Parts: sequence; C-alpha cells; structure tokens
Amino acid sequence: MLEVRDLSVSYGAIRALHGVSLRVERGEIVTLIGSNGAGKTTTLRAISGLVKAQAGTIAYEGQSIAKLAAHEIVKLGMSHAPEGRGIFPLMTVEENLELGAYIRHDHSEIAKDREMALTLFPRVRERLKQVAGTLSGGEQQMVAIARALMARPKLLLLDEPSLGLAPQIVQTIFKIIRDINQRGTTILLVEQNAHMALQIAHRAYVLETGAIAMEGDAKELAKSDEVRKAYLGVA
Amino acid sequence: MKTLAQHISEISPARAFRPVAVFVPWVVCVLLALAVHFVSPLLVNEYWESVLQRMGVFIVAAVSLNIVNGFTGQFSMGHAGFMAIGGYIGAGVTYYGSLILHGSVGDPNFAVQGTLLMLAGLVAGACTAAGAGYLVGLPSLRLRGDYLAIVTLGFGEIIRVLLELTPKQVSDAAAVKASPIVSFFGFNGATGFAGTPAYANLFWIWLFVAITCVIAYRMKTSSSGRAFLSIREDEIAARAMGVDLTKYKVRAFVLAAFFGGVAGALYSHTGVNPSPTDAGFQRSFDIIIMVVLGGLGSVSGSVLAAMILVLMPELLRDLQQYRLVLYALLLIVMMLVRPKGLFGVKEIWDLSRGDRKQPVGKGGTP
Amino acid sequence: MDEFFQILIATVAVGSLYALIALGYTLVYGVLKFINFAHSDVFVLGAWTSFTVSVVVLNKIADPSGVTPWWVVVVAFLSAVTVCGVVGYCIERFAYRPLRKAPRLNVLITAIGVSLLLQNVGQITGPAVARGPEKTSIKDGQTVTQAGDPLATVPFGASPKSMPKLIENVVLNESVMQSGNLAGGAMRGTVVFDKPVTFSEGRQYRLDVTRTVANADGTTRVVVEKLNLDAEPGTFEPGTEIRTTPRRTAAELQGSTYELIRSPRVPIGLIEVIIVVVSLSLMVGLQLLIFRTKLGSAMRALSHNIETAALMGVNTNFVISFTFVLGAVLAASAAFLYPMKYPGLNQTAHGIWVLLGLKAFVAAVVGGIGNVRGAVLGGFLIAAIELFGGWAYAPLKDVYVFALLIAVLLYRPNGLLGRAVTEKV
Repeated sequence: MLEVRDLSVSYGAIRALHGVSLRVERGEIVTLIGSNGAGKTTTLRAISGLVKAQAGTIAYEGQSIAKLAAHEIVKLGMSHAPEGRGIFPLMTVEENLELGAYIRHDHSEIAKDREMALTLFPRVRERLKQVAGTLSGGEQQMVAIARALMARPKLLLLDEPSLGLAPQIVQTIFKIIRDINQRGTTILLVEQNAHMALQIAHRAYVLETGAIAMEGDAKELAKSDEVRKAYLGVA
Repeated sequence: MKTLAQHISEISPARAFRPVAVFVPWVVCVLLALAVHFVSPLLVNEYWESVLQRMGVFIVAAVSLNIVNGFTGQFSMGHAGFMAIGGYIGAGVTYYGSLILHGSVGDPNFAVQGTLLMLAGLVAGACTAAGAGYLVGLPSLRLRGDYLAIVTLGFGEIIRVLLELTPKQVSDAAAVKASPIVSFFGFNGATGFAGTPAYANLFWIWLFVAITCVIAYRMKTSSSGRAFLSIREDEIAARAMGVDLTKYKVRAFVLAAFFGGVAGALYSHTGVNPSPTDAGFQRSFDIIIMVVLGGLGSVSGSVLAAMILVLMPELLRDLQQYRLVLYALLLIVMMLVRPKGLFGVKEIWDLSRGDRKQPVGKGGTP
Repeated sequence: MDEFFQILIATVAVGSLYALIALGYTLVYGVLKFINFAHSDVFVLGAWTSFTVSVVVLNKIADPSGVTPWWVVVVAFLSAVTVCGVVGYCIERFAYRPLRKAPRLNVLITAIGVSLLLQNVGQITGPAVARGPEKTSIKDGQTVTQAGDPLATVPFGASPKSMPKLIENVVLNESVMQSGNLAGGAMRGTVVFDKPVTFSEGRQYRLDVTRTVANADGTTRVVVEKLNLDAEPGTFEPGTEIRTTPRRTAAELQGSTYELIRSPRVPIGLIEVIIVVVSLSLMVGLQLLIFRTKLGSAMRALSHNIETAALMGVNTNFVISFTFVLGAVLAASAAFLYPMKYPGLNQTAHGIWVLLGLKAFVAAVVGGIGNVRGAVLGGFLIAAIELFGGWAYAPLKDVYVFALLIAVLLYRPNGLLGRAVTEKV
C-alpha cells in the first residue's frame, strides 16, 4: 500500500534522513520506533508531503506521491494525525471534526463516519460543543485521531499518540488504535513508547539517526536483545 | 549606563597597550577627516562637495540606525524623527545662539565662534535625540517586530506634527534676547527653519563619519555588541543566557538616536533647511533601505550602501522619476535573492577571510 | 450639540471605512502572522483606479446634461475591486510566498519594499487615458489643433486630482416646510411668498423653485432651481420680500411653484448612508464567510497552524491567496467609497494616504490584530478619537491616534479583543 525507498530529507545543511526504506501492507499496523531525533517524525512528514524529499521515492497504492502537496495527498486517502496533536484550540471539537472531513462532500457518509468516530471515542462526544483548547491532553489526542478518521482514510499516520499522556489514557488510546485497524484502516504508527507500540503492531521498523537499523515482525523485535536493551529498558 | 570612555577601555582589543591603543583610532579619524577636507576640493567641484557632505550625513544616519535595526534586530522605522530632533535643536542653537551672542547670523567674522556653537548644538541635539531614543526604546521591551516598527513610525509622525505646530521663526536679535527660551522653539512650523549658516564643512562631517563608524564597530565587537546580536538572534535564548534585555534594547535605541541626532545636526548645518517632513517616514525609509542593502549588522555595509544610494540619484539624473521605483525593486529583489543584504552581519574585510563566522557569543554580559 | 451629532455621523462613516481597511490587515495577519505594509497602498491604488475609470468613462459618454448614469458607479467600483484583487494576488504570489519560511524581519522589509514600489510606480506620470477638449488656435494664419489637457493618466502621476461626482450627496433628512405659488414683486433678488412663513434662529433654508420658461422658438421648458434664502428669524406675512442667492427678480419668479425646505440641524447625506450600508454589509458578509462556510473554517484553521490545516486537505496556498485577494477587495471597496466623501486625490505617496493606511492599521492593532470584530471596533474607535479629538484641538488629531496605539500596546499588547499569545520557548 505504501512503499518508501531510499528516502533522504535535509533541513538546510543538516541531513535528517539518509536512505530510509519501509513498506506498509494493506490492513497492517506498522510501527516506526526509535529514540528522540532519530527521524521518525521527519519520515512521517515526508510521506504526508509536509517536507520535500531530497532523494528517494514514496509510492502510495502504486502512485508516486513524493511531488504532491500535502492537501493532495489527503485526497488520496491518507490521513496524518501530527505530533503534538495539532488540534485547532480556538475552534470547538465539532468544528475540528468537520475540518477533518474538509475534502469530502458526501454529507450523509460524513455523518456516518462522525458517528463511528464518536462511538470509538465516547469522551469526544461529551465534549463536542467545547472549545478544543480547553480539553485535557488525552482528550485532545482523541480529537486528533477522530478528526483524522473523518477523512475516511485508507492509511492513517499517527505521530506519537502517547506523547505526554498518563499511562492509563495511553492504554485506552492504543486499544482504540487497534479497533480502528480491525475496522479495516491501515496504520503507520510512529512511537517512542516502543513497549506499547510493539504490542499492537504487526511489523516494526527501528530508526536510528536517520536510517533504518532493524525491521521485522513486531513480536519478534520485542524479544530481540538489542531492542529490549535500547528501547524497552530491559537489561 | 557606562560612560563612553569606560566602554572604550573595556572593549579595546589590546589592553596591554591601552594608553596608546585608545587614542590611535581617534587620531586616524581626525587624519581621515582632514584628508577628505583638503583632498576632495582638489578633485571635485563645489557641487560634488555638497554631494560628499550629504553622503557623510547619510553614512552617520545609516550606521547609527544599524545599531538598533541591524545589531539588535529591533526594527525602528522612525530614525528620521531622531535626525529631525538633532537637526532642529542643532540649527536652533547655532541660529539663536548667533543672534544672542553676535546680534546677527552668518557673519564671516563670527565663523569660529559659530563653529563652536554648531558643535554645542550638535551635542545638545544629539543628547535630546538620545533622550527621545530612551523614550522610544522603552516600548521595545514589550513590542516585537511589526508592532515596534509601527510604533516607531508613529513616533516619527508625531515629531513631524509637533514640528509643524512650532511658532514662527524669530529673526530679531532684540526679541530673542528678551525671551530666549520662548524664541528658541520658534522653528517656523510647516515651512521649515531657514537661515542656519553652513558651518558643517567636509572636515566636521567626515570626522563624525569616522567617529561614528569606529564607535559602532567597537560596539559590535564588544561584549555589548554580542549582547545586541544575541537579542537579535533569539530574544528568549538571550534572556536565558543572562542578557539584560531592558538594558541592551534601551541602550541600542539611545545610541542609535544619539548618532541619528548627530547626523541631523550636521545636515542642518550644510545649508539645507530642516523642515517637518524631514521627520516623516519617507526619510526613515531612505535610511532603512541603506541599512538593509548593506546588510543588517554590517557597519562597512551600511557605509557602502549609503555611499551608493547617495551617489546613484546623482548619476541617474535622467531617471529621477524612476529612482524610487528602482530602490523599491532593489529592496524586494534583495530580500528574495540575498536576504542578508550585501554583507549580512559581516564586514567587508571579513569576506576575504572566507566563510569564517562572526564571533557571535551566546549572549555574554560583562 | 449639533456639532457633536454631526461629528458622530462623520465618525460612523469614516469609522466604517477604517474598519474595511483594517479588516484587510487583520485577515492577512490572521493567516500569515505578518503585517502587510503594502495594504494601504492597495487602498490608494483602489481610489486612483476608481478615479481614472470614472474620468475615462464620463469623458467617453460626455453627457451634456452632467447627470452620471448609475452604471458608471458600478463600473468604477468593479474596476477598483478587480485591479486591487489582481494586485493583491500578485503581491502575495511573487513577493511574499517565496519568503513564507523566511525570518519575519525579511518579510517585513519586503512588505515595505512592495509598499514603496506601489507608491512610486503610481507617482510616475504615464500616458493620458482621457483628455479634455482639443484646443485650436490660429497661428500664422493657420489653424493649429492641440491635444486637450490630460484628465487622467496611467500610472497616475504626481499632480492632485478631484474625484468626479458620481452620486449627488442628497441630504436625506431635510423637511419641506411649505409649498405654494410665488407672488409677484418688483425688486431684484427678492421673493414674495403667498403664505406667512416662519424662519427660526440658526437654521438654513432653501427654496426649490419650479417654473416654466419660454424658449426663443415659442416652445417652453421646465426649470428647477435651488435658491438659498438669507432669512432673518421671525414670521413674515405674505408680501414680505426675502433675499435669495443667486439673485432672482420677482418678475422672473412670477407664477412659479415653490417648496420651502429647512436644512436639518444634523444633515445626513446619501453618501454617508451608502458608505455605512455598503461597509456594514461587507462586514456582515465577511463574518458569515469566516464563521459559516467551509472556506472560512479553512481560513481559521490556517490561522492557527498552516501545516495542520494542510493535513486536513486544505489547499493552503489557495486559501492564503484568497485571503489576500479578499483583503484587497475590502480595501478597494473602502477606496471606492472614500473619494465620494473626500473627493481630493493626492499623489500616491502623499502623507495623507500613508497616514490613512496607518490609522487603519492602528485600528486593527487596537482592536486586536487577527480578530475580525476587533478590526471593526478599532475602526470606529480610531475614527471617534480622530474626529472628536480634532474637534477639541485639530492640529493634534494624528497624535491622538498614535498615542492611543502606544497606550493600547503598552497596557493591552494584544489589543482590546485580541487573545493573549504566549510565545513558545
């Protein structure tokens, strides 16, 4: 479904990614783990068109998207819940969700998706009329994911959904991510919380200083010594 | 604030030779001014001498604006206001001073005393401008970027309006002697203040050009200069490193205004009558363009840009109508292709040394 | 007291113009977080465009009756809007877009550059697009025909012009005191009423006279004239003679019908009403656009975070261009209305224009830049301070405005309706 080959990205003179290749198949949850500054977010931003790749190809459903603008990529069915949640704090939760469906015009279908998103996140339903900036971090994250779902994506990119959240809320959110996947949405999940990410993912990539260091089945990676030592904090 | 002498002793590169080293640049300044004064009449006619005078004035103006806009990154758009303050006060001191002391203005027998009066007026004008700079500098603590630009633009306009409201010029010596303080504000409203003798010859102008450049350059390479540059690069980081924002921003404004005042006072002694429009935004823009083209933070860049922009209209007389269009285009194109100006924060002589970065400290306070 | 209300009405009219211009600043600030210094010059461009187009059209149709057809107004308005919209688009596309990620100072300098460019291009005297009548003279026995004086040029040039009167500024709230027939009389410059008339102190009166005049060929035509009355206060019996300007003999007026009209203490002009109505409808329309449409929510999303808006599928470049064009169109509308009230047009770099734009900018800042309602509030506030301050002491009226700006920025840096923005460390 998504195929990234030899992706390189630079910010000015600083090279953030050198030759990252990864693949996401339909129906999977693929996670990209790595430490701070490894280039996880940059990879995701390059895929969704927020930064331009210097080299390499990005193919989505067989079509090259490396040259497309971010808003055109959304129309192809790829939705990106950005790092730090990126909700619109002065708009209500409802308006945030409406913006998620910005590219769509099928009102009855939008209503259905809204219903589905609200079923997944009952907390969001309670807050619909509230201004999004007044929500707690966990609720904002839920709004961000629900909003991304409103575009009815085939591929959902999630950037650090656990960032700054209490462990219990992280549990809830990851359970919902798995639900979303089981309803048929493919997910590419970027996480620093390798422990949680490897639990729900099918396959995983480990990113180190801008390049893929390891890849493989999530369960197996979770057992490998290097990953356990470096990312799971097990001696 | 420290005195100038303290600054100089603090920033002198060769502390071991302080007694000598302190005086060397100033001697050089005087020599340079003498050179310009005596050599240029041999090479050019009177008309071009007046161009050289104007060039000197605008170099002082551009270099001084660079202290606040370039070094410190506080975008001031009211520099013409400071210049006008200096210009009017300076002209006032000379004109009314001559009337009180000598009973007439511009008498050749009074030239020496007149020149002394000009210097007194220059100091008075520059200090008044510096006081205004202090007042304008204060809001810069709370305002950034665009807002500050507008407030300073507004400041210039306020000065213009206030100058337009000044009472009629008094030319009667007896009347001035009778009420000197009231007469002194007789700046003649919107018509402008006429009759100030042209005591600012090439020597004086270029002496101040040299002094301003030396002080600005030393300022830049001193610890204060590093504090200025750190504020410009990142205010929050500068504050975190212990740079006292209040102190340095206000200091930058005061210094810039002081030398802006010097430029104005010199200008009003070159036979050009100061008028309220001198405080307006058009003049401020002229100086901003010089600073931006030369490079925000580059003293030599400002000097060069001021030279070019004063010379250009002289060379392009036929294109007078298009001159300002050309300037505007130059500004836009410069921002698009070379956003740092000709030299950026560097000096002309840094260029030959390759890409060595300016020693921009992470905000060092003394 | 009358003067107070007159100033109040002027405040509402001028304030709505300021508000329209201020909205352009605020809209652009909202999406791009920088002050579009060239905005005031787009406004000036609009005023000159509607002037040039009106002059060209009026010159072409050359209607001897001097009555301006209604469609000239529409054409002038649309051309101002179109020209400003296109220029607004180009400014964003070619000057600002390449700098989208550049430091703010560079954008600020570019904006100043664009502003200077517009001012100075406008000042160049270009070829004439409308000329007055040809001049003929006899020289050495030959008839020499000279081209007429240029009435309008493109670019506009540096000489001041006066906006032609597109709409008659009819006073809407004047009242007809009485009407009837004018009786005869003999003296020059007098009029004799057929009924008693009462004139009161401190009011102005006018006489609209309708009479039939015989032409030389025996036909007749109807003439309507507006005569001013220099009336002493008091009640006048029929037969009392009252002076008029221009002077008309009673014989001339014999047999005419008249309407005696008392000017209101506080006149409300048609143009003021047009200004307020048009401005307010544009403001309401803008409010609806921003808060009720998809495009509006895209604009709001963009104002918070351009990248996240792009992730929602918003075509950010389009929305930004649209916002610029929208701001330019609002400025053009204000620019079309402004010379109707103040017909004197100065050269494009004239201090008056720059100050006008600055005041509108101050309005946007005082109200809270980025805030649509704030811009409107600020517009009225600035107009009030300027006009009422000018009433108290006129020479300082510009100073009041900037003093207000500085005070607001120091004590409420985000403006009256603005929200506090904390800078991330």
